[in-house]
This record gives sequence, structure tokens and C-alpha cells, in this order.
Amino acid sequence: MEIRSNEFKERSVFAIHDANLQTALGRAHYGFVGKRALQVAELPEFEQLREEAKNLKNHVLDNLDHYLARYEQAVTAAGGRVHWARDAAEAREIILGICKRVGARTVTKGKSMVSEEIDLNDALIEHGMEVVETDLGEYIIQLAHEPPSHIIAPAVHKTKDQVSDLFEAAHGGPRKTQIPELVDEARRVLRDKYFRADVGITGGNFLVAETGSSIIVTNEGNGDLTQTLAKVHIITSGIERVVPTLDDATLFLRLLARSATGQETETYTTISTGPRRADDLDGPEEYHVVLVDNGRSKMLAGRFRDMLRCIRCGACMNHCPVYGAVGGHAYGWVYPGPMGSVLTPLIKGLDAAYDLPNACTLNGRCQSVCPVKIPLPELLRELRHLQHQQNITPVMQKRALGVWRFVATRPKLYHALEQLAARALSALSRRGRIRRLPLAGGWTDSRDLPAPPGRTFLELWQGKRGQK
Amino acid sequence: MSARENANENARAAILQSVRDALRRGPLDATQVAALDARVPRHTRPAHDEDLVARFMRKFESRAGTVEHVASRDAVPAAVEAYRLAHRLPQRAAVGAALKDLAWPEGWLIHHEAAGITEALAVSPALCGIAEIGSLMLASGPDSPTTHNFVPDDHVVVLETARIVDHFEDAWTELRARPQGMPRATNIISGPSRTADVEQTIQLGAHGPRRVHVILVG
Amino acid sequence: MTPSPTAGPRVGLFATCLMNLFRPNVGFSAVKLLEDAGCIVEVPASQTCCGQPGYNSGDYDAARALARQVIEAFEHFDYVVGPSGSCMATIRHDYPAMFAGDPQWLPRAEALSKKSFELLSFLADVRGAAATVDARYAGTATYHDSCSGLRGLGIKGQPRALLDEVDGLRLKEMEDSEVCCGFGGTFCVKYPEISEKMVDDKVRNILATGADTLLGGDLGCLMNIAGRLKRINAPVKVFHAAEVLAGFADGPGLADAPKESR
Repeated sequence: MEIRSNEFKERSVFAIHDANLQTALGRAHYGFVGKRALQVAELPEFEQLREEAKNLKNHVLDNLDHYLARYEQAVTAAGGRVHWARDAAEAREIILGICKRVGARTVTKGKSMVSEEIDLNDALIEHGMEVVETDLGEYIIQLAHEPPSHIIAPAVHKTKDQVSDLFEAAHGGPRKTQIPELVDEARRVLRDKYFRADVGITGGNFLVAETGSSIIVTNEGNGDLTQTLAKVHIITSGIERVVPTLDDATLFLRLLARSATGQETETYTTISTGPRRADDLDGPEEYHVVLVDNGRSKMLAGRFRDMLRCIRCGACMNHCPVYGAVGGHAYGWVYPGPMGSVLTPLIKGLDAAYDLPNACTLNGRCQSVCPVKIPLPELLRELRHLQHQQNITPVMQKRALGVWRFVATRPKLYHALEQLAARALSALSRRGRIRRLPLAGGWTDSRDLPAPPGRTFLELWQGKRGQK
Repeated sequence: MSARENANENARAAILQSVRDALRRGPLDATQVAALDARVPRHTRPAHDEDLVARFMRKFESRAGTVEHVASRDAVPAAVEAYRLAHRLPQRAAVGAALKDLAWPEGWLIHHEAAGITEALAVSPALCGIAEIGSLMLASGPDSPTTHNFVPDDHVVVLETARIVDHFEDAWTELRARPQGMPRATNIISGPSRTADVEQTIQLGAHGPRRVHVILVG
Repeated sequence: MTPSPTAGPRVGLFATCLMNLFRPNVGFSAVKLLEDAGCIVEVPASQTCCGQPGYNSGDYDAARALARQVIEAFEHFDYVVGPSGSCMATIRHDYPAMFAGDPQWLPRAEALSKKSFELLSFLADVRGAAATVDARYAGTATYHDSCSGLRGLGIKGQPRALLDEVDGLRLKEMEDSEVCCGFGGTFCVKYPEISEKMVDDKVRNILATGADTLLGGDLGCLMNIAGRLKRINAPVKVFHAAEVLAGFADGPGLADAPKESR
């Protein structure tokens, strides 16, 4: 997916004026936020689980090499194969190789953010394969030729009418307008694809070192049909997704659905271990896991290591007022919202996504709902620091900060300027406010500026108390 | 070694090295590895004081699943026949081989193979039930193929009440106890398939079954 | 000079840039409340800014320069108290982080951090000052929970407990009182359209309560919201909670004309 994160400002303005999008975002927001709150209220151990989950992820990261090696051993023992991909290009090459070897013509896909990250679909299509997204939300945006706008609900920005239009154009036949009809039509169309698929590709929420299993959670069952009916099952997953045992995975299972959609559990939690056995009546003949690094091992080294705890639940973006105002497409790449604002610059480069770490008030709601307690505001600030150090910050801003520092470290000068400002702004004001202020259009275009009384507190205090 | 296998070896070594560089250490020594292998995870489990069967039923039914209770395994075919009639389904089903010894009604077309695209009804044995979240756990195998769980519109699952365990961890114990090892697919199923991808409106039967009916035995 | 055993703690008032320039009344309210709660209040004349604009912009050097200045000006007090969750969270949480690994400044930053407090939580938690509130305000108010105060310093119940003691004041909670108002320091001028949408959501929630007054603990938020309320001609008066608690809310609210009074 081409990265367009530097179009954030224009896209966000466009999004704010998109009435359909605003309606869709409002609906999703109250669903996800409200339902999660109910789940949290019903589980007294929730906060305890968050703390344990954070610690468990940290333990895994501290021993990532060990757990990856154990995982690979167990996958191999179960009859599967592990492939290691240093970057997106290598991951694509591996998957293309497998697909070409088996003569794949139809490839079905369960939802995998990593597969978007590595630009997999286009590569498969370029080699003449039909690629079919089976998660209903992903299917909708595939028809729309759009990227996902949310990591859990990829088509959250679409209205029912828009879906009707897409289905009518893609499937032919009479236009369906009711949601049950639309879902039934998708079910019918996709069922055919599942049975025709040569390769099924899914993500991996968790990779279990104990058993060499991958775990996916879905509500639809599409990941299951994808992996069971195709001849080859390929799992694309980041290297940070490994957990030691099934009992460890359980800790995250208790947090994931509650945090993501406000459900106690998703409909299907599936633990896949290797290809079909000799006496199985169905299942894939081959089982491949593509472990993707793509910058993750580097992240482990520095100040952004905490980001590797992420379990891709989407709670942060559900609760982020900026995401809530502009939706996911404004962020311009695979991962939106707070977690996307940290990951995008780290994976694609600081200068590829200047606005993302800056379009944030550091309000901290994201961190407060993150099931693994990632200090997102702190990480975003660190990215700003890197931008400042590497001169990616606009020159004007650096100069302004330089001036501010110069003045603020000279109290007498600072106070003199404040007093000047107090008098000037007071003089410009009418009836207690300033309606228009040159150079401050960012404020006064939509807000009045409350007028200062004309004397600063410190002046008045010195006047009253004669203190020094 | 082929070129691809060679590249894989190199990538593996490079990634693990990159991980160790990030952690500022070399490979773990034998003692450290042994300690990690011997590690026993201990995580908080949500507490409750409900009867396991009651909790299982309450939670499963809260997600549009249905549950009925029969006294013994012999009663299962009749219960399935009643279900079939109630939902006007044809007299054919994919039945997990573990249930083939039951007295299925005359005139039914029963098979024990994988489910085909026109499958309407499947009947499966559950390995166990998990009371914590009111879910079924099914293990793939010659006695219960995975396609039975996902292809048909209607899925009936036979679960012995004695096999309802409390937490996930208890279910893993059941899995580990199997002499044949981990199944190809372990499906934890909490109800019918659903989606909310169109305007956040919940719709059942997205890709998996529209209806899941549990027959509790004993 | 050894303080006498009966004298209250010596509190250095952290003035904050916004209060100093735009709303001195909040400063005088803070002094009154602190003195009523038994504190001896001083206002170091050399103070300028806590350094947050630099810190949040990623200019850690500039932030540290200002932090050193603040530490030097305030570290000899028993407490540092300021009428802003935002500034005081910077001193409490960010100063130690800024000086991590600095053997000279880290201990001083940590020492200052431990005795730095936002005003309303200081009055309620440290001074148990609910009993000393003696004010009247006739009206229905709703309360905006500023993000840094709420999530950085755990300020939630304290302002409400204090305001509960104000005669005549009725508090009506708004929906999403804990959601960001869109100020965010330079965010509101760098991303004005997003900020406008966020403040509009906040304004909608305020108006839905039917309250005639908005209160809060941070001037940045209050100026942002007041500015929008005024622009759309909404009849809601905006005060810092300290002004109401000190009985100094009989004049114009934020962005009100000077002649308007209650």
C-alpha cells in the first residue's frame, strides 16, 4: 500500500466535512467505547489482567530469540514450515514462491494487517492470481479499491448504501438494500471462493511456542474456512506475536475481544497446529508460517520497544478523539490512530509521516485503555524529539522554539514581553474578547480569544504585596 | 540446499542476531534456556461461583446459541430429528464419526466425510465445554472434521455435561491429555457466526453457521 | 529561618504562563484558597514557564533549560502548587524523566516532583480543605476534566468535593466530561480543523446539560472552550474552579465583557 501519510492535513480536513464518514464514525465510536466499558465493569480482574499482560509481553520480548526458536521447533515437529522474512520484499518473495509452486490461481485471505504491511495482495495479483478477501469488511474495501480505515473494522467508514452500490456493481443482479440481504449475498459469493481456493492466507493473533500453533480470533468464521478448505495454509505474522504457552495466550484472549469490540469473546477462537494429519478428513496439506521482521527487531533496541507489546486490538483508536474526528484513511497507511502514529514513522521512516506523531493532544486516553499498557503519548513525544533532532521539524518551528527558550530563560525579558503582550492584546479587545488576530488565524478562525485584563498576575502581585 | 532454503537460513540467522543485538546480549546459555523451558505460567483467572453447567448455558444462550438437555446419548438422534423438523431441514447431515454408532432415524442420508458446499446440517461431538465464557471446544480429527463446524447453515453439537470445564486453562489440560497430541484445528466456538461490518449492525450467519444448537448430555 | 511549629507549610505558587497573562484572578483565587487552608504563600518573581511547550515539541534541551530554572526557583519551598494540571504534571512526571541519568539534576527533579501539586487536588488531598471553602455561587455548573490533570495526576473527585461545599452551586455532569476538548497546546493552532471539531463536541455536551456555567482546572482548556462558546454566542459563563471556590467569580467570566457581572 502506497504511503500517503504526509497528506494527513488535507485528508483530515476532507474527512471532517464528509457527512457519511462522520455518521459512520459516530456510530462506531459509541458502539466500541460503550461496549468495552460494560465489559470492564463486569470483570473485576480487568486491571490486574492488564498489568499481567504488560509483564508477560515484556518477558517475551526479553527472550524473543528463545521463544522464536522454540516456536519454530514446535511448528516443524507438527509438520509445518517456518519461513523468516527480514523485510516486506522477502516476505512477498517467500509467499509468491509457495503460491507459484502449487500453481495457485485463487487465493483466499483472512484478515491480516501484516499482509497489508508487506503489500502482498498486489504482488499476487501481478502474478496472475485472484486474491479474495473474506473478512466482510476487507471484502467491502477490496471492492471499493480502498485501504482499511480501522484495524478491526476495516470498512467502518462505509454506509449501508455505499455497500449496496459496491455489491450491485460487483455481483450484478438486483440491488440489495437491507443488511441481512447484503450479508447473505456476500456469504454466497465468498462460499464459492473458499471451495475454489488453492491457498488460504491468514494472520496470527498469537503464535504459541509450546505447541507450534497459531491462534486467530474472528466473529465470522472466515479465517477458518480460508485455512481449512485450501490446499495450502500460509500464516503471515510479525515476530513479536509469539507467546510461550497456551496458558499465556489465555491472558491475552481475556483482554483482546473485550478491548477490541466490547465482546466477552469473539465467536471463533481457532488454534491451528500444522497441516492435516494422515487420518484427518479435511484441512490443508501444507502449513507455512512467514515470520516477518520488517523493523521489529530494530524497535526492540530502543525507546520504542514498548510498542512491540501491541496485540492489535484497536482500543486506542476507538477512544482517540483525533481518530474519532478524522477516521482511518487520513493516516495514509495500514495502521491508523495512536498505534499507527507510532508504527508508521518507525516502519516507513520519520519523514514519511511527519504529521502523525504531531496530530495528537497527548491526552492519554489511548494509554488508559491499552490492554498491554503501552505509553503511547510518551512514544509519540519521543518521535517528535527525533523529528526535532533530525531537522524534520519545519525550520520555522525550530526557530520559534529557539526564541521561546531564549526569552523564557531570561525572566526579566520574559516578564517585560508578557506585560507588553498583556497591554497590546487588551487594547485589541472588544467586550472582553478578540475576534481576529493576525498570525493567530489557527485560533481566531473558529474561536474568540479571551482578552487579558492588561496587567500580568506577577505585576499585580508585586503591586499588592510588594514582594520580590 | 536450494537457493530459497539458503536464503531462509540466512534470514533466520540475521533476524535472531538482530534480536540479540537489540537485547545487547549473546544467545542464552543452557541454564537460562532450562529456566525458561521450566517456567510455569500463572495468570489471574476471572473468579465466579456459578455452577459450571448453568454458567455455560447462560453465556452460550446470550450469544444467540440454543441449548437443550437430554438424559443420555441415546436420546441425541431424536433431538436432532426434532431440530431438523423445527428448522425445516432436509433429512441429511454430516455426522462426526464419533456419533455414528447412534441410532440415526430411518430415511436419513448420513455421511461422516468432510462437509461439501451444499451441506445443510452437521452434528459434531465436542471435546469439552468452557464455562468461563460459555463456549464449545471441538478438536479436528477423523471423528469430527473441521468443515462440519463451518460450512453448513446449521450446526448441532453434542456435549456431555461432565465435560464442561471451568476455565480456558482446564480446556488446555484436556487438549494436552490427548494421546494423539494437538489436533490440526482446535475450534473454540461461542455461538453462531456473526458480523457487524455493515453499519455496526449485528448480522448472524456471516460465513459460518447461522445457528448453533447444543445438546447437553447427562 | 526556622519556621515556628504552628506556622503552616511554605508554598511556592507556580503562576503558569496562561494565568499570568490572561487570568490573574485565578492566581489571586489560588493564593486566597491556600492561605485559608493554612499555608504561607510566596510567589517567586523569577518564574517564567514550566517548559512544556518545548518538551512536547521534542526540544528536550530547551525543556531542560527551563526545568532547571523552575527547580532552582522552587526547590526550597515545602510545596509547589499551581492552578493547572497540565503544568504541574510536567513538573511531577516529566522533570524526572527529562533528567534521567543526570546525577546532578535528577535527585533535585525528583525531590521537587514529590512536593509539586495541582491546586485543587492539593487543597482536597493534602490540606483536607473542603471544610475551609466558604463561598456562594448561584447557578448550575458542569465540569470539564482536563486530560493531564485526570490521567496524569488522578484529579477527578477532588474538584467536585470542593465545589460541593459552595452554597447555591449545583453541579450537573456532562456526557464525555473526560474527553479531550481539543486544546493540546500548539495542537489547536497546528491542526485547527480537528481542534474545532473536538471543541464543538465538547460544547455540544456542555449545552446539553443546560448548565449556565462551565468550570475546570486548566486555563488552556477553559480558554479554548470559552473561545468557542463565545464565537457561537452560547450563554455559558466560564470560570476556573478556583475562582468560584475563593468567592472571586462575581466578575466577568473568561471572554466576557468587563462590565458583565453577576
